[in-house]
Amino acid sequence: MSVSRRDFMAMGAAATAGAAIAPGIRLIELAQAKSPEEAVTAAQRWGLLIDTNKCNKGCTSCVDACHTENGIDHEQLKGSDATKPQWIRKVEVKDPNTGYEHSLPVMCQHCQEPPCVDVCPTGASFKRADGIVLVDRHICIGCRYCMMACPYKARSFEHEDITGQKEYAPRGKGTVESCTMCVHKVDRGDGTTACAEACAKEGHNAILFGDLNDPKSEIAQTVRSKATRRIREDLNLDNSVRYIGI
Amino acid sequence: MKKAIHFRMIEGNSLGFVALLAVLGAIIAAGLGATYYMEHNGHWVTGMTNKVIWGTPHVFAVFLIVAASGALNVASIASAFNRVAYKPMARLSALLAITLLVGGLAVLVLDLGRPDRLIVAMTYYNFKSIFAWNIYLYTGFMAIVGIYIWVMMDNSVRQFYKAAGIAAFIWRLALTTGTGSIFGFLVARQAYDAAIMAPMFIIMSFSFGLAIFLLVLMCSMKWTGRPIGDRILNRLKNLQGVFVAAVLYFAVAYHLTNLYATEHHGIERFILLDGGIYTQLFWIGQILIGGIIPLLLLFTPLSRSRGVIALAAVLVILGGLAQMYVIIIGGQAYPLVMFPGMEVSSSFLDGAIAEYSPSLPEVLLGLGGVAIALAATTFALKVLPFLPASLADADVDPHYKEETAEASAEAA
Amino acid sequence: MLRKSQKFASLLVLLAAVGLATSSIASGHGDEKHDNSRVPLPKHSITKGDKCVEPTEVMRKSHMEFILHHRDKTVHQGIRTKQHSLKNCVNCHADPETKSVLGKDGFCESCHTYAAVSIDCFSCHTDKANASKQTMRPIDAIGQKVIAITGGEK
Ligand code: HEC
Ligand code: HEC
Ligand code: HEC
Repeated sequence: MSVSRRDFMAMGAAATAGAAIAPGIRLIELAQAKSPEEAVTAAQRWGLLIDTNKCNKGCTSCVDACHTENGIDHEQLKGSDATKPQWIRKVEVKDPNTGYEHSLPVMCQHCQEPPCVDVCPTGASFKRADGIVLVDRHICIGCRYCMMACPYKARSFEHEDITGQKEYAPRGKGTVESCTMCVHKVDRGDGTTACAEACAKEGHNAILFGDLNDPKSEIAQTVRSKATRRIREDLNLDNSVRYIGI
Repeated sequence: MKKAIHFRMIEGNSLGFVALLAVLGAIIAAGLGATYYMEHNGHWVTGMTNKVIWGTPHVFAVFLIVAASGALNVASIASAFNRVAYKPMARLSALLAITLLVGGLAVLVLDLGRPDRLIVAMTYYNFKSIFAWNIYLYTGFMAIVGIYIWVMMDNSVRQFYKAAGIAAFIWRLALTTGTGSIFGFLVARQAYDAAIMAPMFIIMSFSFGLAIFLLVLMCSMKWTGRPIGDRILNRLKNLQGVFVAAVLYFAVAYHLTNLYATEHHGIERFILLDGGIYTQLFWIGQILIGGIIPLLLLFTPLSRSRGVIALAAVLVILGGLAQMYVIIIGGQAYPLVMFPGMEVSSSFLDGAIAEYSPSLPEVLLGLGGVAIALAATTFALKVLPFLPASLADADVDPHYKEETAEASAEAA
Repeated sequence: MLRKSQKFASLLVLLAAVGLATSSIASGHGDEKHDNSRVPLPKHSITKGDKCVEPTEVMRKSHMEFILHHRDKTVHQGIRTKQHSLKNCVNCHADPETKSVLGKDGFCESCHTYAAVSIDCFSCHTDKANASKQTMRPIDAIGQKVIAITGGEK
């Protein structure tokens, strides 16, 4: 029998009732799967951990997967590289003193003190209760102040008309957009993002997605046991995206 | 007996007047056409990108908004600081403050990605955002200066004259601080991360605003055959000179403090030494044309010629635009520093200087904003008595006792 | 004196008019068709189900409120129920031939044109039914346990 993940979630209520009496099942695991009518809460804090030691120079499968998932098609667009959306990009970093080189993906760092949210005049930039930083493109007026404020160049202004959007990723001219941490997948309970999935498929496993608030999760355990850093720690923005090896 | 200050509307039916409005109207139409083109195609047809996010329209918009609050200076000097000689010019000064602001805001709004959602900007507020504060600062400024003009024109509310003048003065300081803070609060960017930004913008507003005021005053008086006395013009040009010097001083202070911190050496080197067009605009545009030459023109015997004073004002405006360009666009062209001390590269110009060249629609939109301000001013001069009938020295006696001067202003 | 304040008032009105004019020019690039009739006549070509998500009368009058309310709940709170979701409307109401709710005979557009309403939703949202069927992930370990407990029943 094959039951999809979504059907599984629809069973949420029954499952919880069952779990309460069934031995051997911990409630905490079930709490992770949100039913569609539930609002997200601060019980979760989604994050990414990127191990740059495992990230290959020249490999762009995370970028490609992001583009496929979110309907970003650079071929379709008329502008230059600098006007096309860049939700995630590969950055090559070289230490001029030692010659050490490494490669890493940079996307929205989902700061818990996000400068983009502070400056947005309409409140279109916002942080969801579970820590994901998003643009409500229904009230974005396209002023681009958030892009001026972002220390990571993580946001893109949609410079031209788009067609063929994905059902789950509406996008359009004149508003600002950025990595959503695949919020539609997260809400569905996929437990991963397109980039993390693609990286794992390549066998690199450099991107780990998970709930930083859940002490049992792999990401929480890794950040507890290994030295991780965030880009521009000096700004103290409490990013949810962490890196190993930068 | 001191003569009363008379204010008179301009005739506004000469060929020159009609021609002026026609030219301004044509520029406005071109600006609106440019907006339509930009919004219809999307911003990719402009020079702006995801790296140089704010472009030429913002240079004009911020310049006009900053100049708007500075244009109010003359009125503030008259009311808040009781300088009688400036009173006859106070109405024009307040008028320019409103029209320049309208022009600047129009550019800002027309450059939005979704100008059709303007209503959203007015109904959704994020009170942490300086932009949102500014929406209040701008509308409040227009309302307060509007009231200020009213008490200047209507004797029945004369008793509020001083209060309105002081309120307008305080509000304009807040407004320019707010505009400067738009940049000052951007901690992420090396060029803007400086508290000196806000006071520097206030000084810039003094200088640019007065320069525009001087030009508009000289042109409108001359074209309507009204005299301006040497004495009053002399005071204004000296004031302009002091402001130009102050802007230069702040530019020096800004760059010196930046040079003090190693983390800012990169951006300083870029602006001052090897930034190409930005370095040229800084030294030739901002410092030479906008600073040193006007100072020479204003503080040497050359300034006995009115043409030279007007030229100095034009140069201050051009230098001011160059300064805005260097701050706004130069500050973005320089790469964001994400990994200090490292060499970085990517498909998205990490670690590289961003290219930007102003496109025609952007320039037209910016000029359209200037034209909106000037056309509104010209029109207002025709429908309401903003302009004094005479600024001849005999008519504007600064040594006259204050109460009598107040009374004579009332008689107008 | 009165004359002056009147003139002043007229100046303020003028300034407001300039402001309004600029903003309406800015928003004027929608292709509005001015038709005073408020009686819309949509073209139905429903293949799935015979009932709308709310009573037809209610939908006719207040469908936008449902969608807009749901929109805010989805975007800000992650509530992703199907009932009032825009995707859901499109999936049901799309023309079986064009697969779209837009076009001259499209369900949403035909009625909106008639009622002289212009919406920008479909510049971002796809107007096509099932534009990208999501591939579901296989059930993981927790899911297997739940299925074991509940016997796979709903
Ligand atoms: C500038 C692009 C844009 C425009 C224009 C736009 N939306 Fe959206 N909309 C989005 C994005 C992005 C999401 C979030 C999708 C997600 O998280 O899955 C969204 C989500 C939604 C949702 C929740 C998801 C769903 O399918 O039910 C609704 C409802 C919605 N929008 C309605 C509207 C309506 C109604 C309009 C027109 C008045 C509109 N949108 C215009 C971008 C846009
Ligand atoms: C299960 C399929 C289904 C879904 C989902 C659905 N509808 Fe309907 N809708 C129908 C049917 C069937 C009718 C016609 C009912 C009738 O004729 O009485 C209808 C009627 C309507 C009408 C009235 C049309 C008229 O004749 O005046 C409107 C408006 C409408 N739907 C809008 C929506 C919107 C908006 C959504 C999304 C929130 C939506 N529908 C979702 C099936 C659906
Ligand atoms: C029965 C005719 C009819 C149909 C069918 C219809 N609409 Fe509407 N819709 C209207 C009318 C009339 C209004 C304007 C209501 C008003 O302004 O009070 C409206 C308004 C809206 C609005 C709000 C616009 C705004 O800016 O306030 C949205 C969103 C909307 N419709 C979405 C849809 C979608 C999506 C569909 C297709 C699934 C649809 N409508 C089908 C008649 C219809």
